[in-house]
Amino acid sequence: MSLRYKAAIVGASETTEIGVLPETSETQLHIDSAVNAMNNAGIGVDQIDGIASTMNPAILSNYLGIVPKWIDNTSVGGTSFLIHVRHAAAAVASGLCETVLCAMGESGRSRVGVARRGGGGQLDNSYPGQFESIYGPLGPPTLFGMGVLRFMKETGTTLEQLASVAVAQRKWSNKVPRAMFGDLITVDDVFNSRMISYPFNLFMCCLVTDGGGSLIITSADRAKDFPTTPVYIMGTGESVETPIVSQMYDMTHSAAFQTSSKKAFEESGVSHDDIDHLMVYDAFAHLPIYGLEDLGFVGRGEGGAFIEEGNTSPGGKLPMNTNGGGLSYTHSGMYGMYAIQEAVRQVRGEAAHQVEGVKTSFVQGVGGMFMAAGSLVLTNEEPHD
Amino acid sequence: MTQEQEYGKMIPEPVPETAYFWEKVREHELWIQKCTDCDHVFHYPRFHCPKCTSSNLDWFQASGKGTLYTYMINHRPAPGFQDEAPYAIAVVQLEEGPRMMTNIVGIENTPENLVLDMALEVTFDDVLPDVTIPKWKPA
Ligand SMILES: [Zn+2]
Repeated sequence: MSLRYKAAIVGASETTEIGVLPETSETQLHIDSAVNAMNNAGIGVDQIDGIASTMNPAILSNYLGIVPKWIDNTSVGGTSFLIHVRHAAAAVASGLCETVLCAMGESGRSRVGVARRGGGGQLDNSYPGQFESIYGPLGPPTLFGMGVLRFMKETGTTLEQLASVAVAQRKWSNKVPRAMFGDLITVDDVFNSRMISYPFNLFMCCLVTDGGGSLIITSADRAKDFPTTPVYIMGTGESVETPIVSQMYDMTHSAAFQTSSKKAFEESGVSHDDIDHLMVYDAFAHLPIYGLEDLGFVGRGEGGAFIEEGNTSPGGKLPMNTNGGGLSYTHSGMYGMYAIQEAVRQVRGEAAHQVEGVKTSFVQGVGGMFMAAGSLVLTNEEPHD
Repeated sequence: MTQEQEYGKMIPEPVPETAYFWEKVREHELWIQKCTDCDHVFHYPRFHCPKCTSSNLDWFQASGKGTLYTYMINHRPAPGFQDEAPYAIAVVQLEEGPRMMTNIVGIENTPENLVLDMALEVTFDDVLPDVTIPKWKPA
């Protein structure tokens, strides 16, 4: 069975506010966006019979007072929400349930209602604990870009091209009122921002914020019963590669990106030329460069120049990360939901920095440090044979 | 204050699949695994070959020679690393094929000094009375 045109997103919303929210717990960020998404879809909670989230679905179900028929608790980092959409589409297409709430919220900055992080001097028998943490990484900024210098050496990609990713995305967020960073910047500004983890300066690293987002998904044949423009799910993919970044099969490619995106393209039946709008999860500046190549939009090593030349900027032939991305819009730790939300807004024609005439959007997510991937092809085009 | 707290860095705790690796590191030897069915050489340690799932595996001592595959230089030290920042977190390419994460010792960790594909050799750091960590230095 293919999921092509079997399901649609009929409700979508982020939390009422995003950014710095010290008065809102992580649970409440889920609920706030969930209520907004149900309002967007014009339904009450009594119509929700499936729940997907990285948080224990029992917490959300009990909070909302429902006993769902279907749950998904896939939790493989920030791409989990793309995978939830895929699983939800399969669930509604096969009749396991009718209407799924995909909920996400994260107190990534204020850490309200979140378990405390551990310190040093502790034993750890996990794979990261035995083979990576002992060498002193401090979170994703010190691990996620581990392959970047290798990628640059093998492809000739430059630091200026890496910096140009951040520059291009500010051209988008410049017209997005909810974006945390909207000022235009230059390549020099990127290099002058403080060094975090060579070769990453601060502006090549994502924000750390609080926020959330939720989606309502139902079968495609019910989509017209809702007040919103249906966003049909045309293609989906998912994969995983490694629990520790040092064991990627090739540190200059994401095998999970390749597997997941290939499946999504095949399922959708569309070609790269049919994609009007692209979201590539950008926790760090190298991800859109890896993504363009691993998804097949450019050839080997061409992603940096493609971005530097303006092809993904406003007016370019492949608008990418049009909310400003994790580098400029928001990033609470697991960014994938915000990438989906922006794609939905673009496909509906209601984005803050709207690209004219968007029909079909491709969303590529990453989880962990190249641990996992998810892909979605979303469209406003009605199904036709 | 316990020795572990004084050390301050994260400490590897072996599990059954990895115990032999850490035992040999404790003896200042770097041992990795090879599948006797398909000849695949791999790291991290497992009970099954990641190429063919065979459990017919041999441990052997690696040469301790490798090259610098890639790295980042961390400017915000992890707990216990305060005196070392900025310091490199690197991946070494072993001449036998597998790669592993490491720190680079015996040389100031600057982009100028750390040139990809430079020759490295393994060294061992006895960080606690019963814990040793493999690290790599310029050969
Ligand atoms: Zn084998």
